[in-house]
Amino acid sequence: MRKQYETVIGLEVHIELSTRTKIFCGCPTAFGGEPNTHTCPVCTGMPGSLPVLNRKVVEYALKAGLAMNCKIHTFCKFDRKNYFYPDNPQNYQISQLYLPICYDGYVSVDTAQGEKRIRIHEMHMEEDAGKLVHDPWTDSSLVDYNRSGVPLIEIVSEPDMRNAQEVIAYLEQLRIMAQYLGISDCRLEEGSMRADVNLSVREAGTESYGTRTEMKNLNSFKAIARAIEGETIRQIELLEEGKEVIQETRRWDDNKECSFPMRSKEDAKDYRYFPDPDLPPVVIDDAWIGRLKKEQPELREEKKKRFIREFSLSEYDARILTESRNMADLFEETAKICSQPKKAANWMTQDAMKLLKEAGKSPEEMKFSPDHLAALILVEEEQKITHKGAKEVFEQIFDHDEEPLAYIEAHHLSTVADTDVLEQIIEEVIREHPDSVAQYREGKEKVFGFFVGQVMKKMKGNADPAVTRELLREKLR
Amino acid sequence: MGEEYLTWTAGELARKIRKGEIRPSEAVEASLLQIERMEPQIGAFLQIDREGALARAEEVEQGIRSGKYQGPFAGVPAAVKDNICTKGMETTCASRILSGFYPPYDACAVEKLKEAGIIILGKTNMDEFAMGSTTETSARKVTKNPWNTGHVPGGSSGGSCAAVAADECFIALGSDTGGSIRQPSSFCGVTGIKPTYGTVSRYGLIAYASSLDQIGPIGKDVADCARMLSLLAGQDRRDSTSLKRETLDFEEDLAGDIRGMKVGIPKEYLDEGIDPEVRDALKKTMEILKERGASVEEFSLGMTEYVIPSYYIIASAEASSNLARFDGVKYGYRSPHADSLHEMYKMTRSEGFGTEVKRRIFLGSFVLSSGYYDAYYLKALKARAVIKEAFDRAFAAYDVLLGPAAPQTAPKIGESLSDPLQMYLGDLYTAAVNLAGLPAISVPCTVSKAGLPIGIQLIGDCLQEKKIIRAAAAFEKERGIFPKAYSGTKRGKI
Amino acid sequence: MKKISWDETMEYLEILSQISLTEEEKQETAGELKKILAYMEKLEELDTDGVEPMSHVFPVQNVFREDIVEREDQWEALLENAPQKKEGQYLVPKTV
Repeated sequence: MRKQYETVIGLEVHIELSTRTKIFCGCPTAFGGEPNTHTCPVCTGMPGSLPVLNRKVVEYALKAGLAMNCKIHTFCKFDRKNYFYPDNPQNYQISQLYLPICYDGYVSVDTAQGEKRIRIHEMHMEEDAGKLVHDPWTDSSLVDYNRSGVPLIEIVSEPDMRNAQEVIAYLEQLRIMAQYLGISDCRLEEGSMRADVNLSVREAGTESYGTRTEMKNLNSFKAIARAIEGETIRQIELLEEGKEVIQETRRWDDNKECSFPMRSKEDAKDYRYFPDPDLPPVVIDDAWIGRLKKEQPELREEKKKRFIREFSLSEYDARILTESRNMADLFEETAKICSQPKKAANWMTQDAMKLLKEAGKSPEEMKFSPDHLAALILVEEEQKITHKGAKEVFEQIFDHDEEPLAYIEAHHLSTVADTDVLEQIIEEVIREHPDSVAQYREGKEKVFGFFVGQVMKKMKGNADPAVTRELLREKLR
Repeated sequence: MGEEYLTWTAGELARKIRKGEIRPSEAVEASLLQIERMEPQIGAFLQIDREGALARAEEVEQGIRSGKYQGPFAGVPAAVKDNICTKGMETTCASRILSGFYPPYDACAVEKLKEAGIIILGKTNMDEFAMGSTTETSARKVTKNPWNTGHVPGGSSGGSCAAVAADECFIALGSDTGGSIRQPSSFCGVTGIKPTYGTVSRYGLIAYASSLDQIGPIGKDVADCARMLSLLAGQDRRDSTSLKRETLDFEEDLAGDIRGMKVGIPKEYLDEGIDPEVRDALKKTMEILKERGASVEEFSLGMTEYVIPSYYIIASAEASSNLARFDGVKYGYRSPHADSLHEMYKMTRSEGFGTEVKRRIFLGSFVLSSGYYDAYYLKALKARAVIKEAFDRAFAAYDVLLGPAAPQTAPKIGESLSDPLQMYLGDLYTAAVNLAGLPAISVPCTVSKAGLPIGIQLIGDCLQEKKIIRAAAAFEKERGIFPKAYSGTKRGKI
Repeated sequence: MKKISWDETMEYLEILSQISLTEEEKQETAGELKKILAYMEKLEELDTDGVEPMSHVFPVQNVFREDIVEREDQWEALLENAPQKKEGQYLVPKTV
């Protein structure tokens, strides 16, 4: 009988911080500059240059640490990680090993089995490397140091995840957290969030961990899911064949859907970390932590719970609304202005989500005035517009932030409750369909719907349905 | 051109320039002439910027007239050690691996020289990447001691010290990681200050061992060095380890009133291994300081046997990382023989670095490597703390400490490199100062029977440059004018 | 301290420091390193129990810059020093 296996996964997640400048120099972190135009002596490792720490990086790291319920090393230092590679101009990366800024925290994620805590082993600050591109003309590599020195935090989890769904839920949660904190946009595809997967398998029910491998180059949730599946199968097959899993770093190739070892004899994996003598320690006192705690925004989990409590939303709606801080804020402001939280939630979770999907945008990119949506909700509530008309107006608000009342006026979308016009139309309809009138009067109630439809058709949907029904009954009597 | 210019101190020259008695360009021309005369025998310079210096002299002259340059050394010709970046001027650390490196920036210390109207004549020779005690590990040339060209000038700031001793310049910048200003100053009969760590910005100083390196002045007397230090000192936001200090002004300390000053001589510094002539020089210094009203006594400093091991572990460890950036990618030498990336790294670094540098990189990589970190590197950091505590205890009892700058006089050329460990042991009296971050000054004391100068070292507690300058000035006054390296005079007043 | 196989150690140090030595240099360097390390073992006798390792000599802390862009536009001059360059980039032998 084939044995049952359990997959054990821990993640190392790098998140690029959205500071204006690099971690150790005043060069901009903005994307899109020509190669090497965002460089200076410091981030190109020029002889005699020295690093000076960007205060904001420490603040962003602390915010993330607090959000992940971490303990803080109130005395923390930077260490040099020594290895040779051309994307790293000093041939050492300034990182933190011995006293990382944060440690011992957790992140709660929603899984199929309910809420689960993924423990955080440690989180530290470090600098990003430059970019290498292959130049086919010279069969060489070209180095661009624009990204060299961009600040990163690396979040190292405990091996607490058991499948791809949990991994993705955890990554989603980190992304949402970073966006709430405003410290990163966390785009996996653009590399502002990167995940290395440490994976091992063990027989179900055993306590000890198997030998793990580390997989790199995972740049989408899909790639991560496939890589986890592929690596799990590879390791189980090795064990089934009585072979051993080798502890190594492997590179996932998403096209070939398999991973390859990244070994090299020049890669001694002995980084000779030691405290960077160029950077004095960072001392974080209670006042600093207190100030940051005060500044800390309401995070996703709290917000979700509050929405359920305060606005009587379903768990499902609250979860979707809080996936992005922008959407949650838009929702909340709208709900407060119009006092119609359910309606506001519906517009967001249904219509807005659909439009976002069609436009290929993320909820973070949604931009309109909550006043406008609130006004629309009220107009519809007063039945001055049909739901169909309201949808049209919402699209305008979504796309161009139109002022709804003016738009309704200009496009004659207001429902007609004016009985004179309606009466005329109803009389017309009655004249045109004498047979149906006869049927109705004989007691065929079903035909009534037909009359309503005809009136609406002539009114192009802008008739107030209640008034229409009332008048119709009267005239058909 | 008056030969007498050359023997003036930087302060004297600057005074005459201010008074309009001499033009900066005349001073530069005199220096260039002296360089032309002396260089074939001394070889202190790696590079001389004739045109640049002459053009700059004109600018400075106008600047002095317009009031732009009012500092104490405006118009004075100076030399800069080749591990200090000079904008647009090749900066090589006397290494092949940095050949052709033209920094697009000035070191902070060089900016300060320029702002003060000091004229840079050129770059001076040194031990490759400041690793050495004789300037013989330079990949570029051998520098000879102006007192006796069969001897080394000391190191690693041997070029700067030799240039000052040979009157090729009036003042120079050196750097000191384990004695690299004080030991060659002693060997060349000039004065040099290693400031408190963090006093002079390291921005633009090509790092050997970042936690130990300091730039400092090398000059003809205590006053020149003290004034130059005032000029160089100051917090720099580009160097996170630079200290915020009160304004450094040593004018009053130059009066040299040391009545009541307590001077301690570590017993260990007089033990075996020290040349009897150096010991005699120390004894004479003691007498002079006493005559000037200081109390002097021997005491046990302790922990001295751990200085060399911890110094070489820490310095090599930092160096192995600091020198990793020299890889043929961004600047300097790249081996033309390599095809693959790692071949390029290895060939570039093997061809680009000299033996001593390679040895220290290996040593540093070893002490940081997995399995040895705790036993060597971490232990050395702890020893460093213990050594610092020993100095803290000493400074609770004494204002300044007196010691030798080197165990003997300058060795003959070619004698030192064959036994690296022996060469390392020569740093005993100087390296502890760097480990503890202290300020120290080396002042010429006397001339040996063989005609080589002997300097003494005064060590102060951190931030107490004033005290060592006061003691050094007092000592210098009593000692009298020190003989010239090349004047044929064999003995000083003492 | 544990026994070291010097041939392996030298090869390992060559990889760590990306410097290769000739056989002769290797022998010589190994000899010198052995002597130097033996001398450094003196530290073993020093009692450092409870001593904090001193990685920075002064208690300077919290030296920061603010998050403000500062540009000197030196990048072209920096690149000028590169032994090989192409289209504004540093050119190196192919990385995998």
